[in-house]
Amino acid sequence: MEYEAVIGLEVHVQLNTRSKMFTRVGTGFGQPPNTLTDPVVLGLPGALPVMNRDAIEKSIKVGLLLGCKIAEVCKWDRKNYFYPDMPKNYQISQFDQPICEGGEVEIEMPGENPAKMGAHRMVELTRIHLEEDVGKLTHYEQDSLVDYNRAGSPLLEIVSEPDMHSPDEVFAYLTSLRNSLVAAGISACDMEKGQLRCDANISVRPKGTTALGTKVEIKNLNTISGVRNGVEYEIRRQIRAIEEGTEIIQETRRWNPEQKYTTPMRTKEMAHDYRYFPDPDLMPVKIDEAWIDRVAKELPEKPFDKQRRYQEEMNLPYSATSSLCGDHLLCAYFEEATALAKSPTKTANWVVNDLLRELSQANKVDEFAEESNEAITPQSCPVSPQSLAELINLIEDGKLTNNVAKELFPEMFATGKTVSDLIKEKGLDQKSDDGEIEGICADAIANDSDAAEKFRGGKEGAINALKGAVMKATRGQANPKVVDETLRRLLS
Amino acid sequence: MSPDSPIFKTATELSADLTAGKISSVELTRAMIERVETVDEKVHAFLHLDQEDALAQAKASDERRSKGECLSPLDGIPVGLKDVISVKDQPLTAASKILENYRSPYDATVTVKLKEAGAVVAGRLNLDEFAMGSSTENSAYGPTRNPWDLERVPGGSSGGSSAAVAAREVPLSLGSDTGGSIRQPASLCGVVGMKPTYGMVSRYGLAAFASSLDQIGPFSTTVEDAALLLETISGHDPLDSTSFPKDIPSYSGELKNPAQPGVIGLPKEFFGPGMDDEVRAKVDQTIEHYRSLGYQTKEVSLPSTDLSIPVYYVIATAEASSNLARYDGIRYTSRSERAQNAIDVYAKSRGEGFGSEVKRRCLLGAYGLSSGYYDAYYLRAQKARTLIRQDFERVFKEVDAVLTPTAPTPAFKFGEKSEDPISMYLSDIYTISTNLAGLPGISVPCGFTQSGLPVGMQLIGQAFEESKLLNIAHAYDRDHLYGRQAPNL
Repeated sequence: MEYEAVIGLEVHVQLNTRSKMFTRVGTGFGQPPNTLTDPVVLGLPGALPVMNRDAIEKSIKVGLLLGCKIAEVCKWDRKNYFYPDMPKNYQISQFDQPICEGGEVEIEMPGENPAKMGAHRMVELTRIHLEEDVGKLTHYEQDSLVDYNRAGSPLLEIVSEPDMHSPDEVFAYLTSLRNSLVAAGISACDMEKGQLRCDANISVRPKGTTALGTKVEIKNLNTISGVRNGVEYEIRRQIRAIEEGTEIIQETRRWNPEQKYTTPMRTKEMAHDYRYFPDPDLMPVKIDEAWIDRVAKELPEKPFDKQRRYQEEMNLPYSATSSLCGDHLLCAYFEEATALAKSPTKTANWVVNDLLRELSQANKVDEFAEESNEAITPQSCPVSPQSLAELINLIEDGKLTNNVAKELFPEMFATGKTVSDLIKEKGLDQKSDDGEIEGICADAIANDSDAAEKFRGGKEGAINALKGAVMKATRGQANPKVVDETLRRLLS
Repeated sequence: MSPDSPIFKTATELSADLTAGKISSVELTRAMIERVETVDEKVHAFLHLDQEDALAQAKASDERRSKGECLSPLDGIPVGLKDVISVKDQPLTAASKILENYRSPYDATVTVKLKEAGAVVAGRLNLDEFAMGSSTENSAYGPTRNPWDLERVPGGSSGGSSAAVAAREVPLSLGSDTGGSIRQPASLCGVVGMKPTYGMVSRYGLAAFASSLDQIGPFSTTVEDAALLLETISGHDPLDSTSFPKDIPSYSGELKNPAQPGVIGLPKEFFGPGMDDEVRAKVDQTIEHYRSLGYQTKEVSLPSTDLSIPVYYVIATAEASSNLARYDGIRYTSRSERAQNAIDVYAKSRGEGFGSEVKRRCLLGAYGLSSGYYDAYYLRAQKARTLIRQDFERVFKEVDAVLTPTAPTPAFKFGEKSEDPISMYLSDIYTISTNLAGLPGISVPCGFTQSGLPVGMQLIGQAFEESKLLNIAHAYDRDHLYGRQAPNL
């Protein structure tokens, strides 16, 4: 029998607000343990929460970007359960009135090959709600240590409908969601730093049927590949169980990324009764039209919309747009450069090939480095969009060969010098001086009368020998187009 | 003790004496410490008194005054705090074993305001554990005794705060009131105690019992002093989302311009059976006095009154079950030495750390919030709470204040009600609806029983109309000043 998986995702995204969800203390990653704390974060007696408006604004932004309905009132509930990573033993969250409802995420499935666009479709969202993050536990043999630096950070939970059916779709969903959230500037979505975390609800059913199978929740899917592998494993496990006639129990399982399997965490019977009730410490906050309108003005272009625009307006090849549009900073760089450069396609190719290569080399993690440096972005890199446009225009104008440009680019990236600086420094001005080139071409014809005769006799390829001689004589600095024209004129 | 001793003076008189240079804050604070050392063995109002810190604050106050930099009328005057209000570097036990070794690393907003006014913030005052109780018998550190009769309770939960003022150990104190925890002990100890409108005084730094009901308020011997302390601690606080943005007038100043006598409502539901005869007689005399001052009195009805106790015990316990979850043995609360694993840390630490009333209320509250019970208990209680609030809104269209007894009986004996939670809960029957409606209420001493026990009457006002309420209370109090009578200790 053929089976179909039904998958819904719960994605947690840490908002990049400066302060925590309900207090003034700052947010951050990699600080010494328990330094980003205060009486509110630690849940000391008497401490009270005060809502961070920036977090609400960022949530509205996400909701608008994903086409959700924004709640008229932002209301808070307490989710009660005991766990040492949670200082108050309740989490301030949103239960029956999430800040966003509905919405959708556009996803793209892999194409036949990297140059071909794959199929697009919408994955439906159930809701998005805002809550406070918990701390981080580290377990040792005898003890467990807890770090509350992360506790109280604003956390957005984006819940999809059970609307995906394969690990590929899950991967496409996460990629698209992440691109949109990063483009909106609400989170860096770095999974390694826990800024984006994912739980999956998975069931399988015979293909062609509509009833849902028993759902299993998978936790600890903390990398994009972990999500893909974990989902894939769990689908196979469930199909195998059904085929063996074993009952699937409704439970929560943990993905073990080292051993690559899931293990049971708790069953439905062990599920918490969270005793949700409205948080009496926080007043509901009205979200009026004016507020929503103000946020709507700051919305970025959605990555897939941008990609379509690049293809339609600039005629860029699919492969270039797909590389560009996964990175909004690269897009911003491209748009700045292409506004000044003569060829959008060449600009795109330079950005996705040469610039991206240099960036990724520069950002390669030095594992021996004492501390990680800030990543170099297209914006902070030494080659400005103006400088790249200048380089492209010199090629387009025939003043610089592509080969020389390719050689110069890494040096521009390393030194921050412009292409004209380097040309002057190295005396690389491409020879387009017709008189000088004509003399060299005439010499070449005189020195290789054999080739000249063959060309005149109709053997087109013979001209290459003459071109080679000219280029050798000019050390590659002659404009090939000018050389070609001059040789043909002299030989006619 | 000489009757001229500063301990028998009101804060208003002490403020004048300090201004006139008749006494220094250090002398006043010394007199207070001496009084505590003399009588607190009997009364046990104090859980802790940092004498060195109190004297240092007093010295600083005197230095300010000598430079002409006096901060407020309260500069140099000692104020005791119920041991649920955070003071930086001082213990905060909430009268619970579980917080035995905790010291607060920060000041509550009311503490900040008192310090900014120059008051000498001195003493941690006893209470029922986590403010749950009406007799201060639920303190893990032993009960407080009523200064008027050491065999009797001072009321609760702010029994330490009321007894300390009644015993003249401190001229002013702060308590917290969730269902009557300021007014009922004020009544039983013969002092003034006021619960402000919900949102008037910041709750930041008050160890929460029931967040939607808790409010900090003053204890004093006169209404005038209560006004002085209230205006110092009131005002909007950006650290408390439930605090109300409103300008605070000078309540004590406004007492000097009394308003025309208005209309006082007498809710018939509060004058039914269950009230002690002597209490009834004293309240009747109070009503008569108001009439003699030109006030009109009018019978009114608050028909949802009988819902208030059940509604309160659903809502308050639900909030408490969640608010007290943080006391878990993980971070700053005492951890059970018998704990073998994480679940043990919770169960055993809380089992050993909490007293039986706290456990009872956490269980009650968790039950009412449980899935399957939420709609029947918590949600219905919230709806009934709206009815109670609407009752008052209707009545306040016709009257300026509502007058009731504060408590059904004078101070009762130790053990009299502690074995029967329901009878104990009923001692808050006249005060609870005020909290559910979020209204201000004040208990003013209105005489003594034949055996010499104080009786208090309660005035309930409109939301944020503290000035009017204090004015009406003052009109009675200045003619009697029962709170100025001190017990023999």
